[in-house]
Amino acid sequence: MIEVEQLTKSFVVRRGRFRRERHVVEAVKDISFRVDRGELIGYLGPNGAGKSTTIKMLTGILVPSSGRVSVLGLDPSRRRVELARQIGAMFGQRVQLWWDLPLRDSFELLRHIYKVPLDRHRASLDRFRGVLDLDPFLDTPVRQLSLGQRIRGELTAAMLHGPELLFLDEPTIGLDVVAKQRVRDFLVEINREDGVTVMLTTHDLGDIERLCNRLLVIDHGSLIWDGGIPELKERYGAERTLIVDLEEPGPPLELEGARVERIDGPRQWLRFRGSASELTTRVVQSARVLDLQIAEPDIEEIVRRIYTGNSRT
Amino acid sequence: MRLDWEIAKRGWGRYAAYPWATAAGVFTNTVFGFLYAYVLLAVYAHRTSVGGFDKADSVTYVWLAQSMIMTVYVFSWWELAWRIRDGSVATDLLRPLDPQRYWLAYDLGRAPYHFFFRGLPPFVFGALVFQLHYPTVLDAIAFVVSLVLAVVVSFGFRFIYNSVAFWLLDFRGVVTFSTSVVIFFSGMAIPLRYFPHTLRVVCYALPFASIIQTPVDVWLGKRTGLALLGFLVLQAFWAIALLGLGRILLGRATRKLVIQGG
Amino acid sequence: MWRRLVGAQVRSQLQYRRSFALDAFGSFWISFVDFLIILTIFHNVSHLNAWNVHEVAFLYALSAITFALTDLFIGHLDQFPQLIRDGNFDIVLVRPRGTLFQVVAADFASRRLARVLQGVVVLVYALWSLTIHWTVWRVIVLLASLPSAVVIFSSIWVCGACIAFWTTDGGEFTNAFTYGGTTMAQYPFDIYATWLRRLLGFVIPLAFVCYFPALFVLGKPDPLGLPRVLDFVSPAVALAAAIVAGLVWRFAVRHYRSAGG
Repeated sequence: MIEVEQLTKSFVVRRGRFRRERHVVEAVKDISFRVDRGELIGYLGPNGAGKSTTIKMLTGILVPSSGRVSVLGLDPSRRRVELARQIGAMFGQRVQLWWDLPLRDSFELLRHIYKVPLDRHRASLDRFRGVLDLDPFLDTPVRQLSLGQRIRGELTAAMLHGPELLFLDEPTIGLDVVAKQRVRDFLVEINREDGVTVMLTTHDLGDIERLCNRLLVIDHGSLIWDGGIPELKERYGAERTLIVDLEEPGPPLELEGARVERIDGPRQWLRFRGSASELTTRVVQSARVLDLQIAEPDIEEIVRRIYTGNSRT
Repeated sequence: MRLDWEIAKRGWGRYAAYPWATAAGVFTNTVFGFLYAYVLLAVYAHRTSVGGFDKADSVTYVWLAQSMIMTVYVFSWWELAWRIRDGSVATDLLRPLDPQRYWLAYDLGRAPYHFFFRGLPPFVFGALVFQLHYPTVLDAIAFVVSLVLAVVVSFGFRFIYNSVAFWLLDFRGVVTFSTSVVIFFSGMAIPLRYFPHTLRVVCYALPFASIIQTPVDVWLGKRTGLALLGFLVLQAFWAIALLGLGRILLGRATRKLVIQGG
Repeated sequence: MWRRLVGAQVRSQLQYRRSFALDAFGSFWISFVDFLIILTIFHNVSHLNAWNVHEVAFLYALSAITFALTDLFIGHLDQFPQLIRDGNFDIVLVRPRGTLFQVVAADFASRRLARVLQGVVVLVYALWSLTIHWTVWRVIVLLASLPSAVVIFSSIWVCGACIAFWTTDGGEFTNAFTYGGTTMAQYPFDIYATWLRRLLGFVIPLAFVCYFPALFVLGKPDPLGLPRVLDFVSPAVALAAAIVAGLVWRFAVRHYRSAGG
């Protein structure tokens, strides 16, 4: 589906207020990765890390400085129009739909732009209308839609021509919990049932937890992680937390291999590595315990660790 | 082709969605029509002909110019520049479309809307109050052709100064200045025929004259026979030249530059 | 308060010096075109009625400067229709300061200074070319006419902005009176037909912006034959206009409030 080899993009930027010297900024440095059909990939990174630049090169908007890119077998910057027919894209923060016109008009116009046969268009639209509940606002001008409604419209617009590959940039940003869930369910459906490959850039860790089976993490232009989420947790999330509820408040438990992170009355949070059962046995032996829980590290913490770990190196 | 038609319909729709703005615009154009009509009439208290325009010609010119102003979109047009500035242009580039052709089709859909709903009403008001010159059938047909060409020439120029947004964050001044150039050198502010001779000749050669002055000249029957054909060809030439230049700029922009929104 | 706002805006705009220069450049030319029209006209005739090029330049300068100053202070009212459409006007109502003041203070672009500048350039040209016999009264009338003109333009602008309360996109109606008004005031009023002169010169008192004061300062007889006292009443007219504008605004805001916004 997507093959990227040693992709690099440098920009010349003029900085400084008065003298405006030239700097060469390497937005993307030597990135390589591969995406296969049917994957749902999360693309993470701090702001300015190079995510958008990568996506722009994958879609043919920017020409790479060096390296090779192949998307659906095509060179994006050379065969932009051809590629555009087969991919869909949606930017959470930008409006793709026609602002002044009713939502329905945007869909109609897209049908012509992508040259979709009428029956296929109608079938797709009916399906999305059902899944995303578009009917209440299908005739409302886009500028009068709420954010949640607009995002649903944009997702539909991105998918109406039946692309095999979908790029999403922050699709759930600013949405309330219910709306986010609806969007995520939609993405899962098109990925699992229709086999649409999805590449999703996001800052929302809930998106990642619930949607992605693989993560690419980029920072300062370089790819610092490419792999599944379980592996990520194992590698960076080695520490877990044992939450101990003692019968009565007491001093911090002193146990080898565990440190007390926090105390709140009778409850203590212990950070540890390795076997939980082994530690649990020792805790129970050394104190009067009422209850125990084990907390898994969450993605947010892991990602933060990756970012900060990377900036230290 | 079908796609162009659909895009044009949206260009129409985008402006038709705001009827009050159109009504307000008609009102403004009408007021200005009256103002400038009286200003130029005062000139004719001292002279009978200026640069080949007599009194009726000048007054007709005023109402034509006010009527054409939105059809040909002489004022600042920002839509593309804004899209470049906020990065939405990236979305446009993700579509299987030629961007310039898209915007041209869009503009050609917009122009008829402005012609009928913002152009005709002020002209009718002017015609009711003043003695205007009306064209022969042949001149009327030539006028329509000239008007269409004027829209394309104007679009070509607007596309170019909007593209500046790819290079300059502070494109506002460029847009304003470009607009002032168009207003003055197209004959919108005052007929080119009022200019001193040398300046007038130079202006007729520039693309801007094709936007207002030439269609007006055609309506007023100042161009006949071979000269008429010549001026229409000149308009076509500028239309093609400006569109071509626009394409080159667009190509450079997408190849080399940062598109905002990193 | 004004000074601090202006200072902050000017400073933030100076951060982008090139931007500031380009903006100013563009604004200068687009407003200067109006004067180029006048010069072009006078290339072809020596007089518009009884006015020569320097005298018309003088009118132009007064109209342009006072209008540009008005724009500088309250030009942000053009944003008014958008505020209402987006529902942001409610925020303005909730804050303690006077509503009008807030709307106006929000955007204070320095490029409007360029418009004032081009008016000043023409004024210098006019004063240098004209031989005015200055008397104390003439100086007073001229100086008094400037703030009066600003108040008159402002009143027109405010009344026009109130239309936005009733129609969603009708805010552009004001342009006919604001930009139309300043254009009209650039030329001697006797060139206009009677009905237009009465409507836009007296009912909407644009004739008092610079025509009447100029008649006095330049020592010209009034071709309309109106009483000479009119040359002096600009400040009074300005006051009346301000009162009317204030009432219209109050009425409009109250109506907006009661309609549920």
